[in-house]
Amino acid sequence: MKAIIAATVLAILMMYAGFVVKEKKTILSIATLLLAVLLGVNIYELLTMQEGATIALFQYQLTITRFSVWFNMLMTAATLLYVLLMGNDIIKVGKHTGEYFALFFFILVGTYLLSSFNNMLIMFLGIEIISIPQYILAGSDKRNLKSSEASLKYLLMGAFSTGILLMGITLIYGATGEFNISKFSFLQMEYINPMVLTGVLFLIISYSFKISAAPMHFWTPDVYDGSPTPFTAFMATIGKTAAFIGFIRLFHTSFASISQSWTIVLAIITAATLFVGNITAVFQQSVKRMLAYSSIAQAGFMLFSVVSVSALSWQGLVIYGVAYTIATLGIFAVLLKLKDFTFDGFNGLAKKNPFLAGVTTIFIFSLAGIPLTAGFMAKFYMLQAAVRQGNLMWLVIFALLMAAVSAYYYFRVIIAMFFKTGEPEISELSGAQKFLLVLTALLVIVLGIAPQLLLPSGI
Amino acid sequence: MILVLLILIPLLAAKLTFFSKEAAKNVALLGSLLTLGLSVYAALNCGTENLAPFALNWMPAIGAQFSLAADGMAAMLCLLTGIIIPVVLLINRNKAIDNPGAYYALILYSQAGLMGVFLASDALLFYFFWELALIPVYFLCSRWGGERRIPVTFKFFVYTFVGSLMMLSALIYLSLQTNGVNAMSLQNIVAAGKALPMMQQHIIFVLLFLAFAIKMPIFPFHTWQPDAYEQSPTQVTIILSALMVKMGLYAVLRWLLPVVPEAMAYWSDTVMTLSIAGIVYASLIAMMQTNIKRLVAYSSIAHMGLMCAAAFSGTELSQQGLMVQMFNHGINITGMWVIVNMVENRYGTQDLKKMGGLANTAPGIAIALVIISFANIALPLTNGFIGEFMLFTGIFQSASHYHMVFMAVAGLGIILGAVYTLTMVQKVAYGENNSGVLAVAKMNAAEWTAVIVLIVFIIVLGVFPQPLIDLIGIR
Repeated sequence: MKAIIAATVLAILMMYAGFVVKEKKTILSIATLLLAVLLGVNIYELLTMQEGATIALFQYQLTITRFSVWFNMLMTAATLLYVLLMGNDIIKVGKHTGEYFALFFFILVGTYLLSSFNNMLIMFLGIEIISIPQYILAGSDKRNLKSSEASLKYLLMGAFSTGILLMGITLIYGATGEFNISKFSFLQMEYINPMVLTGVLFLIISYSFKISAAPMHFWTPDVYDGSPTPFTAFMATIGKTAAFIGFIRLFHTSFASISQSWTIVLAIITAATLFVGNITAVFQQSVKRMLAYSSIAQAGFMLFSVVSVSALSWQGLVIYGVAYTIATLGIFAVLLKLKDFTFDGFNGLAKKNPFLAGVTTIFIFSLAGIPLTAGFMAKFYMLQAAVRQGNLMWLVIFALLMAAVSAYYYFRVIIAMFFKTGEPEISELSGAQKFLLVLTALLVIVLGIAPQLLLPSGI
Repeated sequence: MILVLLILIPLLAAKLTFFSKEAAKNVALLGSLLTLGLSVYAALNCGTENLAPFALNWMPAIGAQFSLAADGMAAMLCLLTGIIIPVVLLINRNKAIDNPGAYYALILYSQAGLMGVFLASDALLFYFFWELALIPVYFLCSRWGGERRIPVTFKFFVYTFVGSLMMLSALIYLSLQTNGVNAMSLQNIVAAGKALPMMQQHIIFVLLFLAFAIKMPIFPFHTWQPDAYEQSPTQVTIILSALMVKMGLYAVLRWLLPVVPEAMAYWSDTVMTLSIAGIVYASLIAMMQTNIKRLVAYSSIAHMGLMCAAAFSGTELSQQGLMVQMFNHGINITGMWVIVNMVENRYGTQDLKKMGGLANTAPGIAIALVIISFANIALPLTNGFIGEFMLFTGIFQSASHYHMVFMAVAGLGIILGAVYTLTMVQKVAYGENNSGVLAVAKMNAAEWTAVIVLIVFIIVLGVFPQPLIDLIGIR
C-alpha cells in the first residue's frame, strides 16, 4: 500500500521536476534518487510485513502479500538498474526527459496493482496503467517516422486487445455475478457456463497481446524495432514481466479449478510462441530485431509458469522474469554502445574491446540457458514446473528443441564477436558504466549459482 | 577435499594462465602437473578414507547438492585426464600461438569441467559440468581451428547442446519422482528410475541415450565428429577424442545403466546393432581417407562403436573390459594424435599422399608411430589387446540372440582396423618421401617426453594390467 502511494506521489513529483528543471543530467539524477527512494519504501514495506500476513484493502479489491511486495521490490530494483545502465541514453531521446521518467513510475504503479489485485476491475486498471505509458514511450522520438509508426501500431493493437479484455471480464461477470477473483465458484455449477469459457478465452487472447504470445505477437517486432532503443529494452523486460504477474495471478487464483479446460489452449499458444519466436529470430540480420523475436521466444518459456498450475510456477516466474530482465538489459546496454545494430556490427568486438565482449558473452549465455548463468536456472524452474504438471511432456521436449534453435541465433553474436574480424565503432565507456556492466554480469552468474536468493523463505 | 581440489586446481591454474601472457604455456604445464600429482594420489587412495565423498548443500529447494564422490571408475578417468592434459601441453611447445594466455587457460578450464563430470554424484551438478566442459572446447575450436572451423564447431555445439537438453528433461523428470529431499543425488535418481513403469523407462532411456550417443559418438549421431576432429587444433582434438568422448561412455555406465536397467536390456540389441554397424561403416570410410586427421577420426568412431556395444552387452566382463579400454583408448588415441601432430608440423600437410619416408628421415617418430599403431590395432603385449579381449569375450557371453553375429561383424571391424592403420603407417613411414620436405626435424625433448610416457603406458599395461583392473574394481 505504502509503495503504491509512494510511486504515485513520486511520479507526480517527477513530472513537476520535468517542468522545473531544464538540465537533462539533473533530471536523470533526480529520477535515480526517487527510484532509490521508492525501492527503499518497498523494502521497508517488506520488512514491516509479518510472515504469512495478507493485507486486504478497499473491501478486498487489493490483497497484498509478502510475495507481491517482494515481486514489486524486484521490479523496482530492475527499473533502478535499468535507469542506471541506460540513463545517459534515455536523456538523449526526444525533448521531454522528465516525462519519460515519470512514465516509468506510473508503469511501476500499474505493476504494483497487477501483483496484488483481487478484483478484475483493478486488474483492468493495472493493465491500462502499464500499457498507456508504453504507447507514449514507443513514440517518444517524435521526429523519427519509425518511432511514430511503432507508437501508433502499438496503440491500435493495444486498444483492440483492451476491448477483448473488457469483453472477457464482462462475460465472466455475467456468468458469475462477481468481479472478485477469489470468489468465483465454478465448481458448484453443474456444468461450466459457456459464457465463463468464452470469457476465459478472451482473457487469454488479450493477455497474449500484452505479453506478445503467438499468434497475437505480430505487433512486437515492429514496435520493438521502431521504438527508441532504451525504451525497447524497458518494454521487452519490465513491461513484459509485469503483464505476466497479472496473467498468472488471475489464472492461478480464479481459474485454477477449471484449469483442465484452458491449459490445452494455453499450451498450444506456448508452443506456437516458441516456434514463431525462435524460428523467425534465426532469419534476422539486425541484433535489435533478433532481440525482439527472442523476447517473443522467451515469453514462450515464461508462459510455462501460467500453463503449469502449481506453487512452483510462481517461483519460476520470479526467477525467469528477473533472469531474463537482467540479461536483456545488459545486452541492450551493450547494444547502445555500438553504432551498427546488425550482427556484422559485432564483428571483431573481442579484439577491440575484450571487456564488452566478455560481459556480452555472459548475457548471451544466460539468454541461451547455459549452466552457471541465471538463465539456465530460470529455464530449469520452468521445465520443472511443467514436468510436474505431468501431461505436458510433449511441450517440454518441444521447448527444449526450440531452446537448441535459440542457441543458433544467440551464438551468432558470439561468433561475430570472437571469431570474425572487423572494426566495430564503439562509443566511449565511462568508469561507472563499466562498473554497472560488471555488476550486472556478476548478478547473472550469482543467480545462476544460487537462484534461491530470489526466493527467500517466508515470501 | 581432494575431490574438490581436483576441480579447483585446474580452475585456478587456468585463471593464472590467462593473465600470464608469454609464460602461459609453462604456467599451464605446471598447473597440469600439479593436477596430475593429485589425480595419482586420488587413484592410489581410492576406496580409502582419504578420498571421502564431499557434499555441500547447494539448492535445497530443488534438491540439488554440490556433492562429489569417486569410485574406481571415476578415479581412473580422473587419472586419465590428469595424464593426458600435460601430454597435450607438451606437444607443440615450439609453435607460436595467437593469444597463448587464453588458449592454454581454456584447455585447463575444459580439464576442470571433465574432472567435474567424472566426480559429480548429483544430477544437476553433473549437468553443469557436462555443459561447462563443452564451452571452452567450443571456443578453442572456433578460434584456433582450421579453415572451416566456425560452421563445423557450431554444428558440433548444436548437436551436443540438443543432446544435453534432452538429458536435462530426463533428469528433471527423474528428480520429480523422488520424495524431494536431495532429489538430484545419484542414489535417489537411480532409485527413482528403477521404480518407473516400463513405458516411462523407455522415454527416459531415449532422452538420456540421445545425449550420450551424440557425445560418444555412435552411428548415426556421429556426423559432427570427423569434421570437428579435422578442423580443431590437434591439441584440442586430443581432448575431444581421448577425454570428452569418455564422458559419453562414462555417463552410460553411471547415469543410464543403473537408472533404467530394464529399458537398457530392451534396447540393447538395437544399440549394439547400431554400434557394430558403426564399426564397419567407420572402418570402411577410414580406409578411403587421404587426410590423416580424418582417418584417425574415423578410426576413433570404430573404437567407440566397439566400446558402446560392450556397454550394452550386459555382462560383467564386458563392463570391466570397457573401463579398462576407456583408459587404454585414451592413451592410444592420444599417441596417434601426437604422432599426427608431429608429422603434420614437419611435413606441413595432412594429405597422406604427400607424406612418406619418415623411417629414413626421422626414425624416432617412425618407431613411435609403429608402436602406437600396434596398440591401436590391439596387438598382444600392448594395452589395447587386454581391453579388446575383455570386450569381445563380454559381447560373446551376452544374452542376446545375435551375439554370434555381433562377434563376427565386430571382429571384421578389427581386421579392417588393421588394414587402415597399417596402410597409414606404410604411407607415412615408408616408401618415397613425397612431401618435398627433405630435412625433417628430430623430436625435441618435450615431444620425446610425451611419446615415452605414452609408450610406457602402452607396454606396461599391455604386460601387467592388474593395477588398472584393481583400480576399476573399487566401488
